[in-house]
Amino acid sequence: MVPREKPTTYYGRPIVKPPVWKPEIPFYFFFGGLAGASAVLASAATFADRPELARRAWAGAFVGVTVSPLLLIKDLGKPMRFLNMLRVFKVTSPMNVGAWLLLANGGATSLAAGLNVLNEKRRAGAPELAAAALGAPLATYTAALVTHSAIPAWSEARREMPFVFAAGATASAAGAALLTVPAEEAEPARHLGIAAAIAEEATTAVMHKRLGPLADSYEKGKAGAFGKAARALTAAGAFALAAGDEAVPLRLGKRRRRTLTVAGGALLLAGSVCKRWSVFKAGFQSAEDPTQVIHTQREGGD
Amino acid sequence: MERVGFFTDTSVCIGCKACEVACKEWNHVPSDGQGFLGSSYDNSGELGADRWRHVAFIEQKLPVGVEGGAPDSFVQEAARQNLVEEGLDPHTDEDGFRWLMSSDVCKHCTEAGCLDACPTGSIFRTEFGTVVVQEDICNGCGYCVVSCPFGVLDQREEDGRVWKCTLCYDRLQGDMEPACAQACPTDSIQFGELDELRERAAERVEVLHERGRSEARLYGESPDDGVGGFGAFFLLLDEPETYRLPPDPVVPTRNAGTVWKSAAAAAATMAAGIAIGVLGGRR
Repeated sequence: MVPREKPTTYYGRPIVKPPVWKPEIPFYFFFGGLAGASAVLASAATFADRPELARRAWAGAFVGVTVSPLLLIKDLGKPMRFLNMLRVFKVTSPMNVGAWLLLANGGATSLAAGLNVLNEKRRAGAPELAAAALGAPLATYTAALVTHSAIPAWSEARREMPFVFAAGATASAAGAALLTVPAEEAEPARHLGIAAAIAEEATTAVMHKRLGPLADSYEKGKAGAFGKAARALTAAGAFALAAGDEAVPLRLGKRRRRTLTVAGGALLLAGSVCKRWSVFKAGFQSAEDPTQVIHTQREGGD
Repeated sequence: MERVGFFTDTSVCIGCKACEVACKEWNHVPSDGQGFLGSSYDNSGELGADRWRHVAFIEQKLPVGVEGGAPDSFVQEAARQNLVEEGLDPHTDEDGFRWLMSSDVCKHCTEAGCLDACPTGSIFRTEFGTVVVQEDICNGCGYCVVSCPFGVLDQREEDGRVWKCTLCYDRLQGDMEPACAQACPTDSIQFGELDELRERAAERVEVLHERGRSEARLYGESPDDGVGGFGAFFLLLDEPETYRLPPDPVVPTRNAGTVWKSAAAAAATMAAGIAIGVLGGRR
C-alpha cells in the first residue's frame, strides 16, 4: 500500500510474480549466514589463540555448510537438479555464484574444521584463511540474491540489505558459539553478539527509512510479525548477554551468568531466523502489491 | 539471422482469445483450471507457466466519441428499466464506454532478466534473438520468476520447472510463423523481423494520431528503455499499468554493480568487525 492517489491496476493483479521459493530458503539464508560468519569467527579465534572458541565456531561453520546444501536440494525437489547449477559458471547470476561459493566454502570449512579436530592447538594456515575469505561473502551474497530481482521491496533495499544480513550472520555465529563455549573464552563472542544485535537494529532502521513507502512490505502482515519477533528476540538476547557479563555489576553467581549467556546465544539465533523470515515474506508481500511496482517506476525509486 | 518478434497492436484486438487457444494447442500447454474471475471477460487472469498468451479485458467509462448511436430498442429500454427497479445502476450511452483488449506475451527482452539470472544456463538466446527455456536443463530454482520485471515466468506445480513462451521456436525453425500470430483474425498480433515491425508500428501510431486517437502509444519498441527494448512490443491505448504492464521496467542486471558492491562491502565490514572483536580483546 503506497500512500498516493490510487493508481490504475489490472483488477489489482500483481505485475511481478511472487517467489516460488519454499520455507527451506529463509532457513538456508540463516544457515548460510551462520556458516559464513562462523568460519570468520573460527579463523579469528584460531589466530587469537582461543582454542575453545575456535572449536565451537568451527562446529557452527561445519553445521552451516552441511545443512545449507541439503536445504537447497530439498527446495529443488529432485537431488540431481542441484548439479545442473554446476554445469556453468555465470557471474550475472547471483544464484550460480552462490552455489559455487557454498561449494568452495564448504570444502575449505570442512577441511579447516577437520584439521582443528585432529589438532586443537593447530596454528591458522591456508585452509583457515580460505574458509574465512569465502565465509564472509557466503554470509552476504544471499542478500544480493534477493536484491538482484524485480521485486521492489527487495531490489530497492540493495544498498542496505547485505549489511542487515552481515549483522544477522555475526549474531548467529556468536550466538551458536555461546551455547557451549566455556566462560573463560566467551568474552569475544559475547561482545560480538551484542555489537551485532545493535548493528542489525541500526542497519534495519536505515533500510526501512531509505525504502520509504516500500518499507510497508517489511512492517506489515506476516513479514511485520516476523520482524517484530526478530527485534524482540535479538534485543532480549543482547540484554541477556550483557547481564551475564562479568564486567556488569550484577550480583550473580557463575551458574546464573552461564545460564544468561546460553539463553542470550539462543535468543540471538532465534532472532536471526525470524529476521530472515521477515525479509523472505516481505518479498511476497511486495510482489503481490502492483502499486509498489508502479510507484517505484513512476516516482523513480532511484 | 535477423531478430524476429511480435508487434501486438491492441487497437484492433477483438478479444477473441484465438491466440490463447492456438498457443495452448500447438505447444501442448496444459490446462490451468477454469474459474470465474469476475474480471470482465477475462477468466484466465495472467501469463504463467500454463498460459503463454493472455488476453486482457478492461472496461472503462470513457466517452468514445461516437455520435448518434442507434436508438434503443423497446427490449433494451425494458431491460434498463428492470435494472433500475432492482436498485442496480445500469450503463447508459451518455456515460461513455470503452473496452480495451490486449493480448499479452513474453517480451523476449534484449536484456533479459530471466536469462541473466538463470543459474543453470537453461534459458538461452536463440538464433532468432528470442529467449527460450530448455526444459531438460531447468532445475526449478525459481530465480527467473523473481527476475522478470513483467511477471511472465512461473513454475509448473507438477514438475517444478518453469515454462514460458518460446515464440514457437520449433515453428520458426520450420520457417513458420508462431501459432498465435497465425491464428489472430485481425492481425492484432503481427510477427516479423523486429526492425520492420518497429517501422510498421510507428506508421500505425501516426495513423491513429491523425484520426484523433491521441492516447495511442508504443510500449517497449525503444532500445533505450530499461531492458534494451522488447522483442515483443505493443501499441497501447492507455497507460501500461492499466494492462498489468510495468510502466518503466528495468532489468535487475542493470543494478548488479550496486548489488555486488554493497554485498562485498558488507562482507568486508563483517570480517573486519569479527577480527577486531576477537583479536582486539586478546589477553
